[in-house]
Amino acid sequence: MNSVVCIAQVPDTETRIKIGGDGRRIDEAGVKYIVSPYDEYALEEAIRLKEKEGGDVTVLGFGPDRVQQALRESLARGATKAVHVKGESGDADSLGIAKVLAAALRTIPHDLVFFGKQGVGTDNSLVGPMVAELLGYPQINVVTHMETAAGKVTAHREIEGAEEVIEATTPAVITAQKGLNEPRYASLKGIMAAKKVTIDTKSIADLGLADSDVVNQRVTVVSLELPPEKSGGRKIDGGDPAAAAKEIVRYMKEEAKAL
Amino acid sequence: MPGVLVFCEVQDGKLKKASREALSIGRKLAEAAGGDLTAFASDESAADDAGRYGAKKLFVTGAGGYNPEMYTAAMQAAIAQTSPSIVLFGGTSNGRDLAPRLAARLDAGVASDVDRLEWAGSKLKARRPVYSGKAFATVEVSSVPAIATTRMNAFPAEESGGGAAEVVEVSAPAESKAKVVETKVTQSGELSIVEADIIVAGGRGLKEGANFSLIRDLAHAIGGAVGASRATVDAGWIDHQHQVGQTGRVVSPNLYIAAGVSGAIQHLAGMSSSKHIVAINKDPEAPIFRVADLGVVGDLFTILPALTEEVKRAKAH
Ligand SMILES: Cc1cc2nc3c(=O)[nH]c(=O)nc-3n(C[C@H](O)[C@H](O)[C@H](O)COP(=O)(O)OP(=O)(O)OC[C@H]3O[C@@H](n4cnc5c(N)ncnc54)[C@H](O)[C@@H]3O)c2cc1C
Ligand SMILES: Nc1ncnc2c1ncn2[C@@H]1O[C@H](COP(=O)(O)O)[C@@H](O)[C@H]1O
Repeated sequence: MNSVVCIAQVPDTETRIKIGGDGRRIDEAGVKYIVSPYDEYALEEAIRLKEKEGGDVTVLGFGPDRVQQALRESLARGATKAVHVKGESGDADSLGIAKVLAAALRTIPHDLVFFGKQGVGTDNSLVGPMVAELLGYPQINVVTHMETAAGKVTAHREIEGAEEVIEATTPAVITAQKGLNEPRYASLKGIMAAKKVTIDTKSIADLGLADSDVVNQRVTVVSLELPPEKSGGRKIDGGDPAAAAKEIVRYMKEEAKAL
Repeated sequence: MPGVLVFCEVQDGKLKKASREALSIGRKLAEAAGGDLTAFASDESAADDAGRYGAKKLFVTGAGGYNPEMYTAAMQAAIAQTSPSIVLFGGTSNGRDLAPRLAARLDAGVASDVDRLEWAGSKLKARRPVYSGKAFATVEVSSVPAIATTRMNAFPAEESGGGAAEVVEVSAPAESKAKVVETKVTQSGELSIVEADIIVAGGRGLKEGANFSLIRDLAHAIGGAVGASRATVDAGWIDHQHQVGQTGRVVSPNLYIAAGVSGAIQHLAGMSSSKHIVAINKDPEAPIFRVADLGVVGDLFTILPALTEEVKRAKAH
């Protein structure tokens, strides 16, 4: 069983977002980058499959040079190979990214392709199903549990108020949700082993794509703004619970119109 | 004929709230862009409802329940008939599953989880929260069609009083590489936090899992959903479907009541766009107070029961 895990590198969730000089992107100065949290569940699941059934776990990332760091971290956790497609992913829309990943996937043997259910930050939840369509694969999104058997995968998909159990043929696209597993930390041995792996680095052109396939094609960000600063509202003393309850109910009725 | 096509979902013989919201904004966009509002659904039981929200036509597929591969083909067939300028999906699980797949099929762009939409002459202009609501991006979708998924509660559902939509059947392939083998109901009767107008959320200040009953009692009294911080989910006090925040659900209800939640940046990211926020915390310096419209400094163990009683009393009048 060979898996590929698509890794998005995103600003740390602690980051205080500042708008960059162009007014369309964040100011990257001082931003710490991490592997997108949902991709960690995806990676862990692929590593567990490899431990059970053998095969390779290839991590695949499209983006600038810093993406190599995310790939190294993933190798240290237990991925066996890494492919870095160099390029300004920040100028690509989701379908542009999906086209790059799909082209790279055609060069890597695989039975399953894993994604996070969303890239934390962009919060799009688009790239996984787009790749599935481009490659003609079935998709199972927002997965909290999965099992594999010869030529098929069975996975639990979270929907509103219910869970669907879906059976698909492989190759297939899986997008990981929190709850799928408990991601491990990198071991010292893993970190040492990761240093020996050469990251296979390519350009978009190496994959037979032109910038015009990828960059600013269909969706463009015209501006990025911070939400209006909340100053904090009224504060009251809750020492007298009955009085506090009355004031909250008054607020709910008269201001929130929620009762 | 351009116009707007809206993917709709039916539940218990009625259109889901997310679909009604998407149809309502779709109708306004169709007026601006020119052309009719049309809808797509699994079956014709949606025809009356779709018409009430202004859809002239309802495309239906004989494919049965939701399946991304089959529905992609069926939507493609509907699009071939009307060539809409815009295709909208309510932000349900299925809407967000299908929109990207269809977009890749059509080489179209998608703005996902948008809370504002406007037709800017030949382009769809959308606003969407990014970095879990820490910023807002305005994007332009220039493909034909332009696709968007709408954020729940962001667009009011408004009927336009039209008659039943004309039903047109589109074909879908009979086979797909994936099928649903079982559906397990996980929260029967419980309102999902993404759909709720009111959310009552609990944090580690509850001290132990059993005390979530204080949150549940209040939520039931108000008719709201139960939310939770990640700390309580990680502690196993409550299922992660309830988690609000950067790695949970991003919600924007009319009213959000947080009790015993400190207001970590990742939690605030998920709820600070709520229209009205009430926070109960014993620490006057808790960061949650920075976003609260009404902050109550005090002990949740005495305030929550008093509040539940007061709500019941107010409702009884
Ligand atoms: C990558 C990443 C992603 C994350 N994603 C999320 C996310 O999606 N959602 C999320 O919520 N968190 C998330 N977190 C965790 C977040 O950083 C906080 O740890 C978490 O939100 C804290 O939960 P809490 O407010 O319940 O607990 P605490 O921070 O422990 O706060 C408990 C609060 O209860 C108050 N309290 C105690 N007793 C009482 C009482 N008797 N009456 C009234 N008040 C009382 C205390 O004053 C305190 O403010 C994430 C963290 C990381 C690193
Ligand atoms: N530049 C990228 N390189 C590799 N994988 C990516 C990239 N962008 C997104 N992904 C994958 O697609 C998932 C969904 O991202 P998004 O559609 O942006 O929410 C992420 O969790 C990653 O698994």
